[in-house]
Amino acid sequence: MLEVHDLHASVGEIKILRGINFTVKKGETHAIMGPNGSGKSTFANVLAGRPEYTVTKGEVLLDGKNLLSMEPDVRAREGVFLAMQYPVELPGVRYNQFLKAALDAIREHKGEDQIDIRAFNQLLKEKGDLVEINPDLMRRNVNEGFSGGEKKRSEILQMALLEPHLALLDETDSGLDIDALKTVADGVNRLQDPEKSVILVTHYQRLLNYISPDFVHVLIDGKIAKSGDHKLALELENKGYDWLRETIPPVSETSGESAS
Amino acid sequence: MTNPNNPNVISRQSKIDDQEYKWGFTIDVDSDVAPKGLNEDIVRLISEKKSEPPWMLEWRLRAFRLWEKMRDEEPEWANVEYPSIDYQDIIYYASPLTKDNDRPKSLDEVDPEMLQAFEKLGIPLNEREALAGVAVDAVMDSSSVTTTFKEKLEELGIIFCSFSEAIQNHPELIKKYLGTVVPYSDNFFATLNSAVFSDGSFAYIPPGVRCPMELMTYFRINEADSGQFERTLIIADKGSYVSYLEGCTAPIRKKSQLHAAVVELVALDDAEIKYSTLQNWYPGDKDGQGGVYNFVTKRGKAQGINSKISWTQVETGSAITWKYPSVILQGDNSSGEFYSVALVNNHQQADTGTKMTHIGKNTRSTIIAKGISAGKAENTYRGLVKIMPSAEGAKNFTQCDSLLIGDQCGAHTVPYIEVKNPTAQIEHEATTSKVSDDQLFYCMQRGVSAEESNYMIINGFCRDIFKELPFEFAVEAGNLLRVSLEGTVG
Ligand SMILES: Nc1ncnc2c1ncn2[C@@H]1O[C@H](COP(=O)(O)OP(=O)(O)OP(=O)(O)O)[C@@H](O)[C@H]1O
Ligand SMILES: [Mg+2]
Repeated sequence: MLEVHDLHASVGEIKILRGINFTVKKGETHAIMGPNGSGKSTFANVLAGRPEYTVTKGEVLLDGKNLLSMEPDVRAREGVFLAMQYPVELPGVRYNQFLKAALDAIREHKGEDQIDIRAFNQLLKEKGDLVEINPDLMRRNVNEGFSGGEKKRSEILQMALLEPHLALLDETDSGLDIDALKTVADGVNRLQDPEKSVILVTHYQRLLNYISPDFVHVLIDGKIAKSGDHKLALELENKGYDWLRETIPPVSETSGESAS
Repeated sequence: MTNPNNPNVISRQSKIDDQEYKWGFTIDVDSDVAPKGLNEDIVRLISEKKSEPPWMLEWRLRAFRLWEKMRDEEPEWANVEYPSIDYQDIIYYASPLTKDNDRPKSLDEVDPEMLQAFEKLGIPLNEREALAGVAVDAVMDSSSVTTTFKEKLEELGIIFCSFSEAIQNHPELIKKYLGTVVPYSDNFFATLNSAVFSDGSFAYIPPGVRCPMELMTYFRINEADSGQFERTLIIADKGSYVSYLEGCTAPIRKKSQLHAAVVELVALDDAEIKYSTLQNWYPGDKDGQGGVYNFVTKRGKAQGINSKISWTQVETGSAITWKYPSVILQGDNSSGEFYSVALVNNHQQADTGTKMTHIGKNTRSTIIAKGISAGKAENTYRGLVKIMPSAEGAKNFTQCDSLLIGDQCGAHTVPYIEVKNPTAQIEHEATTSKVSDDQLFYCMQRGVSAEESNYMIINGFCRDIFKELPFEFAVEAGNLLRVSLEGTVG
């Protein structure tokens, strides 16, 4: 469903992604690990269409469609969801109204009617219970004054509600207590279905105890340095990243591609 | 797809899209128009057209004579620029009622064109279709057209009628209160208004009565070259409560139109007046041609102990706005509030704010002013908090937030504070922000379009003010915001 070919991206003059090749099939879960500043968030944000990043080379196909030519809102409606590393506060914007606007936009894209307010409230309650979010948060403004953990949970709630085809989770596990970690993992596991795919960016093997990825990739200096199965995550936990730095293949190679 | 709770808003939106200022139509009704220009004869003519008693004419003439002396004193301190106004090139009296002083006795006598026009504006005057729980006084150009639900209000002793009727039927109240809050000598525009005011609304709430419906005046400038000079007086007697709404629009005219209104509010012991305005006069076109010059003096006197006056305004229209709804906190424990959203786009200029004068003990005032600037527009908040020596234990809280859209607009905050009693507590907060790319991206990442995201964020910025408005008005305010913001997302 997602094919990334030789993707290069920069911010202004700074080159960050330097030739990423990557394929995700329907129903797969991929984990992306790598040292700070290696380009993980950039990769996720480029897929979601954050305007500050410029794609300088390469191609991304989502179900055969050219993803890079779509505006961020169209990508979202096509089923791409990014749980952000740093969710943004929207002062004065009511959480439940925001979510309804989002859900309606996606439904409209699919040719469905807007959801009736009662049905929506019911749905929101169900999903909220699922990710064990404090219902009071939904009467507040989007992310405003939410604790770090609440923001992460809120991202998972949004994912559960919007039911994306491709979920990109950027360090959604960071800053969570152990219970919250389980909830987040639960939320992701529940999302899994043969039609849906997940890309997890994480620093910690512990999340992978709850979510078992089909593939693990290591991103270093804007390139995929190594790919493997979940055992790779354990290996990284013991050995760190340095041993991989020497083995970065030349730019032209496509060693980052996952089994496909 | 937007206001998730109100599907009506959505269908309305699509209608709005194809026009820039949807209230810009002219209404084709016969009218009675005075010749252009201002002199003593015109003042006499206005008074005569309205069959006013001599004391009223006297008052007008005193104001007119003073105004003539003030001719060179047109205020220049505000942060607005406009070509000088030729006061001899304005029509001071225009009435859509053809026969002199003939206000229709019932709706059947109202020109059907006019009824249709108000309906088109979203203000049905037919009581069966009227907005639930809102009594409306409709004012076109210089005359009040009709007032709905009058009988129902009368049962409670509430008087709600046009200013002209009040002069005829309740002279004792007019004589007692007219000019006690805004004297005819107050300022250039208030003096002009006092000489030539044509109509407006009058409300009196008797002691202990809680007015069961919103009272609303809908102002409409229709006649070309006419100025609008209405005058509103609201008196809340002891222990009473009233919520009053004011809405305004004008047709699209190439030439600018002058609007110089005066509003006086009086709250006696334990009384409360809540005054809300949606101001959407024609703002002029994209290049700054035409538009209404809105020079308005609004002031309330919280005269009694424990009285309360609250101004809420959403200002999206007018080429120029010069307006400072104020409260004189005279009674002990009285309180004053000012909640404002002022949005300017293209070439609009707004210099608006408030003045809170603390006189009584333990008086309280709250000011929350939100300014939004887009295009090449200039927005100024100008506020004065004055604590008099007698105002033991006075408290003020002021918050001014500015939001800039694009980089060619301006926001200015000019807060003055004068404290003459050392026990006063004054707090002031000010912020300036932009709709950030991060916020826009966050919304869009959830599937919401760029335009809608922009609206949602700006609407959020205004939430503290919108929640002060009655529900119907809050929905309308959101719509005004949406229309005024069209095309501002880059
Ligand atoms: N908007 C930006 N402006 C300037 N530099 C940027 C910007 N975004 C990313 N970078 C730089 O690009 C590099 C990659 O950043 P990115 O956020 O993708 O890293 P990451 O792998 O997600 O790191 P972490 O594990 O710390 O979250 C970093 O050096 C970062 O400073
Ligand atoms: Mg990151």
